[in-house]
Order: sequence, then C-alpha cells, then structure tokens
Amino acid sequence: MPDARPNPDLLLAQVQAAEAGTKRGSLKVFFGYAAGVGKTYAMLEHARRARTEGRDVVVGYVEPHARPETEALLHGLEILSVRHIDYRGVTLREFDVDAALQRRPDLLLVDELAHTNAPGCRHEKRWQDVEDLLAAGINVWTTLNVQHIDSLNDVIGQISGVIVRETVPDHVFDSADDLELVDITPEELLERLNVGKVYLPGQAQRAIESFFQRSNLTALRELSLRQAARRVHTDVESARRAKAAEEPWATAERLLVCVGPSPTTARVIRTAKRMAAAARPARPWLAVSVDLTGAANAPAQQQIANHFRLAERLGAETVTLPGQSITETILDYARSRNVTKLFIGKTHQPRWRRLILGTVVDELLEQSGDIDVYVIHGAEESREFTSAPGRRRPVSRWSYFMSCALIALTGGVAYGLRFLHLADAEANTVMLFLATVAWTAYRYGRGPAALASAAAVLVFDFFFVSPFGTFAVDDTQYIVTFAVMLAIGLVIGTLTARLRAQIESTRQRERRTSALYELGKQLGSLYGSSFLASAAGRKIAEMVGGDVAIYLRSQAGALGIVCGQDGPIAGHPVSLPTAQWVVEHDQVAGAGTNTLPNAAALFLPLTGTQRTHGAVAIRVADATRLVEPDLRQLLEACVSQLALALERDQLAIDAAEARIQAETEQVRSSLLSSVSHDLKTPLAAIAGASSSLLESSALDDETRQQLLETVAEEAARLNRLLENILQMSKLEAGAAAPNRQWHVLEEIVGSALHRTRRELADHDVQVMLPTDLPLLFVDGLLLEQVFVNLLENAARYTPAKSHVVIRAAVDGRMVRIALSDNGPGVPAGSEERIFDKFYRATPTVDGGRGSGLGLAISRAIVKAHGGTMTVSNQPGGGAEFQLRLPLSQDAPRVAIQ
Amino acid sequence: MGLLDLDGQEVLRRLREWYTGKPILVLSARDQETEKVQALDHGADDYVTKPFGVSELLARMRTALRHAHRIGADATTITIGDLVVDLASRVVTLAGREVHLTPLEYKLLATLLKHAGKVLTHRFLLREVWGPQDSQENHYLRVFVASLRRKLEADPARPRYILTEQGVGYRFAVD
Repeated sequence: MPDARPNPDLLLAQVQAAEAGTKRGSLKVFFGYAAGVGKTYAMLEHARRARTEGRDVVVGYVEPHARPETEALLHGLEILSVRHIDYRGVTLREFDVDAALQRRPDLLLVDELAHTNAPGCRHEKRWQDVEDLLAAGINVWTTLNVQHIDSLNDVIGQISGVIVRETVPDHVFDSADDLELVDITPEELLERLNVGKVYLPGQAQRAIESFFQRSNLTALRELSLRQAARRVHTDVESARRAKAAEEPWATAERLLVCVGPSPTTARVIRTAKRMAAAARPARPWLAVSVDLTGAANAPAQQQIANHFRLAERLGAETVTLPGQSITETILDYARSRNVTKLFIGKTHQPRWRRLILGTVVDELLEQSGDIDVYVIHGAEESREFTSAPGRRRPVSRWSYFMSCALIALTGGVAYGLRFLHLADAEANTVMLFLATVAWTAYRYGRGPAALASAAAVLVFDFFFVSPFGTFAVDDTQYIVTFAVMLAIGLVIGTLTARLRAQIESTRQRERRTSALYELGKQLGSLYGSSFLASAAGRKIAEMVGGDVAIYLRSQAGALGIVCGQDGPIAGHPVSLPTAQWVVEHDQVAGAGTNTLPNAAALFLPLTGTQRTHGAVAIRVADATRLVEPDLRQLLEACVSQLALALERDQLAIDAAEARIQAETEQVRSSLLSSVSHDLKTPLAAIAGASSSLLESSALDDETRQQLLETVAEEAARLNRLLENILQMSKLEAGAAAPNRQWHVLEEIVGSALHRTRRELADHDVQVMLPTDLPLLFVDGLLLEQVFVNLLENAARYTPAKSHVVIRAAVDGRMVRIALSDNGPGVPAGSEERIFDKFYRATPTVDGGRGSGLGLAISRAIVKAHGGTMTVSNQPGGGAEFQLRLPLSQDAPRVAIQ
Repeated sequence: MGLLDLDGQEVLRRLREWYTGKPILVLSARDQETEKVQALDHGADDYVTKPFGVSELLARMRTALRHAHRIGADATTITIGDLVVDLASRVVTLAGREVHLTPLEYKLLATLLKHAGKVLTHRFLLREVWGPQDSQENHYLRVFVASLRRKLEADPARPRYILTEQGVGYRFAVD
C-alpha cells in the first residue's frame, strides 16, 4: 500500500486552509428509509437546479452503481477525481477529501454519509470527512438511510434482522442544517426492486432480500418519517425559543445508564439515548460504571471502555465510580446528581445463582426509592462488539509450579515436625497447609492458590492419613476433613487474592492521586508556558511510563512543539498534522481513537475556557493501554490541569501587558499634553510677533528689532524642542542603536564645547582630562549630545561668570566623568526626578524654559552604553553630574611613532 | 537631497563629473551623519542642515569660496594665526617655535591644510594619509588628531585649528 499514509505536508496545508476558513459550512441530508428510494437522484436533481442558479456545485463522490437516470443527471456537473486505494489486492474507490478541500467549492455533493473508508484514508468514517469539509466552510449535501443512525441501529436490527455496521453518530445527524425527506411508498419501492432498478450488493443477497419485505419497509418508513417529524419539531422549537428566550425551562431531569461488560449494555445505552432525546428539551444523561476494587478483569474492562465510547458518541457524560457495592454506589451517585430514571440491562444468570446471591437488578429495584428503574432485556449476543483479545494478567506456569513446590515443602516440614514429635496433632499439619495456601494466594493469586488447596488435600491424604503412602482412607471421617480443608483453602485463597488486588488497586489509585497532586503543586509554582508544558510532560511521561510530546499554540496561532522535541513522537511525520487537527477540532485523535489512528501517539486537546491551547501526545509501548478508561481519565485529568495552568499563565501575562499598556498610555498622554503646550508657546510668540510686524506700520525701529529677535529666538527654541522630541522617540523606540566606535574623550568634549560656545560665552569652562585616558567604545554623536545637553543646562541654570569643570578618571573597570558647577545646585529631593521627561526643576536664569527632555535623553544615552548617570549637590554648593561608563579591557592602543 | 525623480546624492555625483574647481554646498533637512559623509564623498564641499541662519550660510559660503581660491594659488607657506607651515621644507612653527611632528602627523596636517575650510571625511583622510590599500580604522585617525592637537593647540579640548565634525570627519579652520 504505497498510498496508505497521508502526506503530512498535504495534511498540514489542508489543516491550515481549514483554519483560514471562517464560517462553518451547512449540511443538508437527503434522508430515506431504504436503498432505492431515490436519495441520490433527488440530491443530483437539486444540485442541477442549484447550478442553474449560479452556485459553484461539485460532485465529490457518488456511488459508482448509479442507475442510467442518475448517470444522466451527473452529466455536465463537475466531478472530483476519486482516490484509488489498494486494499488486500482489491482497488477501492474512495472519496478524496484532500482534493475537495483544495478545490473548495461552494457546494459539494458526497453520497452515503455512513460509508466506512478504506484503511489509509484520513478518517475511518466518511461523516468525519464531511465534518472536516464543513469546518473548512464548504457546504455539503449528502444522503443517509434511517438504519444508519446510531441510536436507531439496534431497533432496526430487531425489526429487519440485519445489523448494519456502518453508523453515523446522532449528533452528526442532529447537527444537519437541513433535512430533505425522500419518500416513496413501500409498494413503489418493491416494484422498483422487481424491475431491477435498485442496486443490491452481491455478497449479502439473501440478507438484503429478507430486508426488503413489505412489513420491514413499512416499519422503516415509519421510523424515518418520525425522525423527520422530530426534526421539524426541533426546528420549530428552536425558532420559538429564539423568539421567546424568557420562557421557563422544564425542571432538569437526568437519566443514568448502568454500564457493565455485558453485551446487553449497548442496547441499554441506545434505549436511554432515545428516551433522553425524546424529551423537549433533551435531557442530560449519564453512563456510569462501578469499578469494584480488583474485580473486573481485562476483557471486561475493554468492553466497558467500548460501551463508554458508544455512550460518549451518543452524547452521554461518562463516569467511573470506585466502590464495593454496585447498587449502593450507583444509587448514591444517582441521588447526588438528581437522576430521575435509571436504566440497567437484565442479567442472564442461572436461576440458582439469582436465588442465592440475588442480582443487582433486584437490589436496585428494592432500594431505588423514588427513582424509576428501567430494566432492558438483552439480545442473545450482540454481534456489534466482537470482544477484543483481552489483556489478561498473565499468571505464569512458574506460579503454579511454585504453589506445588511450596505445598511439597510444607509437607516436608510437617513430616519433619511429626517425626521429631514437635507437632503430632493432625490439626497442626492442616493449619500448616492452610497457612501455605494463604501465602500462595497472597503471593501468586487465585489460580495457584486453588491448585495449592487441592495439592494440600492430596499430600495430607497421602502422607499424613493412614494408611500412609496411599490415597485410600481408613476412617471415613477424614472425608469431612478433606472437604472442609479444601473449602477453607479455596475461601482463604479467594479472599487473600482479592485483598491483594484491592491493596494493589488502592496503591495504584493512591499513586495516581499523589501524582496528580504533585503535578498540580508543581504547575502552581511555575510561570511561562514552556516551563509549564515541560514540567507536565515530564510528570505525565513518568506516570504512564511512555513518551510525551506537547504542542502549544503561539500568540500568532501557529502550533509548535515545546516538550519532547527529541522524542520519537516529534520525529513521526503525522504527529504535527494530527496535533493541528486535535487543536482545530478540540477532540481526541490519534492512536486508540477513530480519527487519524495511524498516528504515533494518542493526542489530547488542551481545552481551555476560551480556546484550545494545544495538544498533548502520549505514546506507550503497548498501544491497547490507551483505550483503558482508567488511564484515559488520569491523562485527561493531567491534561486539563495543564490547560488550566496555561490559562492562568496567559491571564497573568495579559494582566501584565494591560498594565504596561496603561502605563505607556499614561506616559503618552502626558507627553502629548506637554508637547502640545511646548510647541504652541513658541508658535504663539512667533505668530504674534510676525503679525504685529505685518499689520502695524507705525512701529519704531527698536520695537521692530525686538519683535524680530523674538521670532528668531522662538524659532530656534522650537527647532531645539523638535530635535529633542525626535531624538527621544528614536531612543525609546530603540531605533537609535548606538553606533559604537573607539573614541578619544577629549575630542568629544571639545566638539560639544565647540557647539555650545555661544551659550557658554559668559561662563568659565575648565577641562581637566588625563592624557592617558584609554579610548572609549561609544557612539561619538550620542555622547557628544550628552555633553551638549549638560553644558546647555549649565549655561541655562547657573548665573554668568559661573565656573564649570569637566573631569574624568579611571575607576576600576569604569571611567568616571564629572561635570560640576558652582551655581545654585539642583533642588533638594529632585535628584532623581530631574531625569524624568518634561520635568523642569526651576526657571532658567533668563526666565525661560527648557524642553524638559535634555536630561532624560542624556540618561537614556548613557544607559544605552551600559553606564549610569546621577546628579548630586556638592558640599561647597553647585551641582555635579556624574557619568560612569564601562571601560573595555581590549581598548586598542595606537602608537604615534 | 530628497528630490522627486532622482536622489540628491546621484545629482551631486553626476554634477561633479563635469563641474570642477568650484565649491558645492548642500542644504538639506536630512541630518543623518551617513548622509553627510556620502555627500562629502561625492564631492560636496560643505553640508548645511535645515533649519539654518542666513548669517551661518553666508559664512560657510565665504569659507568655501576662499578655499576654492586658495587651491588655485601656488603657495609654499601657509600662515594661519600663529601657525606657519612651510610646505617646501616641511617645517612647522607655532608662534615662532618649531614644532616637531612625526611623518604621519605631518602628512595629516598637510592634507588638512591643503583642503583648509573643507570638511574632510574619515575615509578621505585615511586614504590620503595612510594610503588606499591600508584600511586603518577611524580610531587611528582620532588618536593622531588628538596628538596633533596637543602639539598645536593652546587648549586641546577647545581646538582652534582642527575642528571635529562629529560622525563625519575633520575640518581645518581658516578663520
């Protein structure tokens, strides 16, 4: 089968395409009661009409056995190519869901919704393909017969004697947006059959013939009509409810189904589903199984798991309860959940057993009180569930051998004791044997214990009861001894084995509980989705003893693996597409399920309250373990813990982001108000001065001169402010990454002094830099800006004739640069705040205002160089700005000579 | 520089192919240092960023014209303030006292003097002084300029002769 494995890239592409599709497509079902009523014909006829109305109609798949009339209808419609799959030497034609997703028509026709796909297709069932199509936003028309509806399956099996294996879950049928009933009378259908207009598959000819009997057809027709009527009722109901949402709800009623390993259970489940669905609104229902500690064997568990899956498919909530008594446990639970009706299958047990031991049904009826109990009789043997080869716990031959050996040893010891006259009484010998049986039961289980009891009786008879050395017995009283000994041995064995199993199961549960607790504790203390995922991944892997991979959605929505990147799951080509599918549909898939079963692992969705966060993949060596309800529940518990933790983490991040957003917003608004004020002030001055100049001709020269100076000064101020704002925003946006080169500090200071020579004309500036200062690895322009800002401030805030001193010294691995003045200093307490944006300490010497940005810019620049900048008032008066910049060990040295 | 149909740098490059011997001043709102360096490398004599005062522009134009004029003159001795450089005998005197320069220092000074008044980019100076094949880094230039200043300037932190054009290069002041 070269084509069996789906191409992962293709799958991925389609999954992504499906993601892109926004609106879910609508589903229309052409519904009939038997083959031959003309569903396909009706569908094609409608399709042709839709096409003439201008819709983009494509035939995805129509059964190849179409009659000539049907063929004629197909003519002129676009038909998708089918996929050919080789399966055991036969070439099967299958609907190509991938091609359909690629083509993306407005309307796609897919015949036979209940069809089971050949192995190697994307899904096991065609209805799953259709789900994908709908999810991708493609409208689908399909056909379905009434007997393929899951919950009606067994009723119809009873009516017709033919059990159909290809079923469609009720929720799929119920979710159809539109139902078109295709109906002809049974007489007409039989007429068609006789004329040979109805296709019948060859191999099941006889069964089909018995199926097409008038009585059967009438019953089926009635069922289909009832389904359609129910459907109409639902539509009316939902429309009415949409109109009058305030209508009171019926009191919630709950149904409960007792689930056991017996094949009857499937019938019970279906009956309950029908009862639940018949009510308006549909009642919730529970499927419950009681796990008698240590009692259920592996095949039984398997059956229970199968039943649970059926119940889940039909929409039940499934629960496994631990307990000692089925009746008590179920009734307690039923009362706690307000269950009003209880369903249980009739057990087939021998009369004597029923009389002596009683049955669960009897007990339930006795103790149920006000809960109605429905007892459903079972079919002889449902053919639907062929019991899977169970995983019986292997009891090795070694155990049986050891039990015999232990009895032999006990015999030897008893013989020795008797020989030494230490334990002459036969009662002692019997006790010794019973002790050994008990030990065997504890150590090896029930079977070896039974063997040991029998062997003990034989050995006792042979060696310890006269005549010795034969199985013959002199005294008939010993017969009673043997019987009691055997009985006690068996009872001890059974009890001990059960005790052991109970201990084992308690221990296991305890282990799981503590593992879950630990997981919860660990997740509670961690932050960050990848940490959470890897912690949970480790824990789950340790718990189940397998491999775990975790896929998480990124912010952008792309799915990426965050745990188990090197594991075998990550290496499997189908893993990522499977994870995508799981996240997309929020459903379980992969090994042990019906969807993408050829994946390497079981994939569980990380379902959060708002979205699916990702998927957890679990692979164990023995894949059949993945269907065990116990393990599944444990895994689901772990996964939902992780989902919760991820959600909590996301919420924390969101909250932090919101806070930052709010802060940024606040800064922005204060900046805006400040900037608009600062921009408007010089503009107002310029506008005022220039308009005076224009309009008043009677100005004297001096006034004109003053006005012109105002214009020039204010324009210069405006320019400076704009430059500062631009630079600040560049620095804040990180756009001005320092262009660092090796610089001579003296040159930078000199350049800054040159630029501020006019402002500082009245000040006395001294530069005292050591000549052996190493080169600094800085952005010359930016650092020059720092000095320009500081020098401008000095000019602005200190009176004329003030002294300004620039010093520098190497201080360990830093260079310390100080710029001090003997002016008034900075106001006490505002040493930090003067570095804030738009903070202005005091009016400048000339009464004007600075931009309030200079120091903020300077500090940002120094910070970008890995340095610090502070200010302090000197003891002798005046401010001192201190810059500390890191020195590099590998500063180059240049020889002048 | 930001023209509608052609980049200003390209205009400058094409202009310099035939328009020689006369100075070109660039007036632009683009104040990025790389832009300035590029324009100067493409043959501009000076680069003035908007907004600018008219007096400043006039001063720059005067400098450029004087400089263009000087290149025409075939002087062997250059005198700027206290500084006298005899190009023929390679002797530098400051206020009458001879200043001892290393060969590279002298070459650097001579290059700056030859284009006095004009902004010389780092790349240009490195190529002129150290040669085209020797690709030294900018900090060589900075260290040599610092050393030259210490020998020529009264206060090296407030140079009178060799001015820094931060991020672009150096200019020898003529007035």
